[in-house]
Amino acid sequence: MQGNIASAEGALAAGCQFFGGYPITPSTEVAEHMAAKLPKRNGVFIQMEDEIASIAAVIGASWTGIRAMTATSGPGFSLMMENIGYAVMTETPCVIVNIQRGGPSTGQPTLGAQGDMLQCRFGSHGDYSIIALSPASVQEMFDLTARAFNLADRFRVPVFLMADEIVGHMRERITIPDSVEIVPRKALSRGDQPFAGGEGDVPGFPAFGEGYAVHVTGLTHDERGYPQATAPHLHQELVMRLVRKVESARQEIADYEVINPEAEQVFISYGAPSRTVQQVLHDLSDRRIGHLRLRGVWPFPESALQEFPDAQIFLVPEMNLGQISREIERHVDQKVLSIPKLGGELHTPDELKRAVEGSR
Amino acid sequence: MTFLDWYREDRLPHIFCAGCGNGTIINCTLEAIEELGWNREETVFVSGIGCSSRATGYIKTDGLHTTHGRALAFATGVKLARPDLHVVVFTGDGDLAAIGGNHFIHACRRNVDITVICMNNLIYGMTGGQGSPTTPRGALSSTTPYGSEEEVFDLCALAVAAGANYVSRWTSYHVKELARAVKTGLEVPGFSFIEAMVQCPTGYGRRNRLREVSDMVEQMRTHAMLIQKRQRLEREGGTIPPDTITVGEFVRRSRPALGVKR
Repeated sequence: MQGNIASAEGALAAGCQFFGGYPITPSTEVAEHMAAKLPKRNGVFIQMEDEIASIAAVIGASWTGIRAMTATSGPGFSLMMENIGYAVMTETPCVIVNIQRGGPSTGQPTLGAQGDMLQCRFGSHGDYSIIALSPASVQEMFDLTARAFNLADRFRVPVFLMADEIVGHMRERITIPDSVEIVPRKALSRGDQPFAGGEGDVPGFPAFGEGYAVHVTGLTHDERGYPQATAPHLHQELVMRLVRKVESARQEIADYEVINPEAEQVFISYGAPSRTVQQVLHDLSDRRIGHLRLRGVWPFPESALQEFPDAQIFLVPEMNLGQISREIERHVDQKVLSIPKLGGELHTPDELKRAVEGSR
Repeated sequence: MTFLDWYREDRLPHIFCAGCGNGTIINCTLEAIEELGWNREETVFVSGIGCSSRATGYIKTDGLHTTHGRALAFATGVKLARPDLHVVVFTGDGDLAAIGGNHFIHACRRNVDITVICMNNLIYGMTGGQGSPTTPRGALSSTTPYGSEEEVFDLCALAVAAGANYVSRWTSYHVKELARAVKTGLEVPGFSFIEAMVQCPTGYGRRNRLREVSDMVEQMRTHAMLIQKRQRLEREGGTIPPDTITVGEFVRRSRPALGVKR
């Protein structure tokens, strides 16, 4: 199965009922598959007039209480940024699949990259936090897409599946379970304020059409949802809660794989470059070389770095100019070696082996 | 119940300037909805950004006050996901015709079963009176200090051409006609577009020799011409004054629509 199709299948397994999207290489197969499958499952597929409208329709659909998603790539992702901020501010669960390609601008439409890792974290204006997952196989395209819906509903935030062209267009054999775990969105208890944090800072969801008469606005709002755009105190409390509800749940969200925890040289990777790292570890068969593979990138699981107490150096191959390696540097005293690669091709095993040699 | 029961009293006072026409339009809309006997639980208001879009915040139903220009795209998502809900959009000339122009024509083309009420005040009111796609040639605004040099959009003609099932225009003077038009729009399956010309004394009138609210409403009364009369004049080769506001029903048809309750 192809990675993009696996992502769509993961969404369907998770009960996604709405897809709004716009064709863009290399993500289009996700939309095409949803266009074929959703109508037969009483779901809605709509091709909107652009990516701004796509994410808007997804947010609108999500407010009726259903699971909704879109899929895109670089240029479309950039267009979505304003409404992604709206989803953050209004605490709208939604899933955004980004099959990353080479940028900036139109760049390399048919080739893979990881250049949007900071954009997904910081791309909309203002301070906020989101959740981003990064699959390294077709199986994970399925599994992590399904999990993305649970996380979106659990924390009422946009959740990003930050894949890339390589994983999206890769074909591998996968196992599709009979059913996936579905943690439904918690409804707002009657009488509670719709935007009061409550337990874990995540309010229950007052879906449209259920008699809540909820006012949803991107303006700074009080616990009732009413605009209070000029109250400094209120704005600070709201933004801090929106950040805290994600950041304080780092452990719950964290998802990573640790290989050779006694290692001195430790690769850290996410997405497609993980495949090269796996090959290198296989070839060298040296327990002094470790691998931390992140399936969840944001919020950054910094405690995972403690899994390698003997680490002397962290080697970070990325298909960008070191977007996550800078984040790692913030958390460790050891040396962090960024191994950037641009142009659309994966690092070769030899390139990474040379990095191991050169950093001994 | 009366239309007053639809308002959130705990949101008063509202932000509209003294003399603003928006309140009249919201009243007419709620009056029409009330006449149809819709429930608050099954009605959703969606809006973008601007003075007109603040309307959703004053109404005691589910409401989605969204980003600038994108209300129709959000509304499309709500309506397709829950066709059993009534979806009504409040927007303005800048929100709908400038930043939201593409969503406008595509929502008309899809003929999504929503009703859109556009409060056209010829200006960007919220940001302090800048020129919009409907600011008349020669009119003064803070960004057209020497008079606008651009042609305007005829929003109704645009909606008709793009495929909306119901299109009409009235003004804040014509409250009975407007409420009736909104009611018809709410009843017609598919995309209904009602343009309501409103006075903006703060952003527009004061710069364009219409300092009194009554002057602006009087201007709309005296310059309004029914579409039937205009068509007759055009047939007969009569003259149509340049500042004419053509009012009435421009189209009512039954093209295939999207998101109609089954």
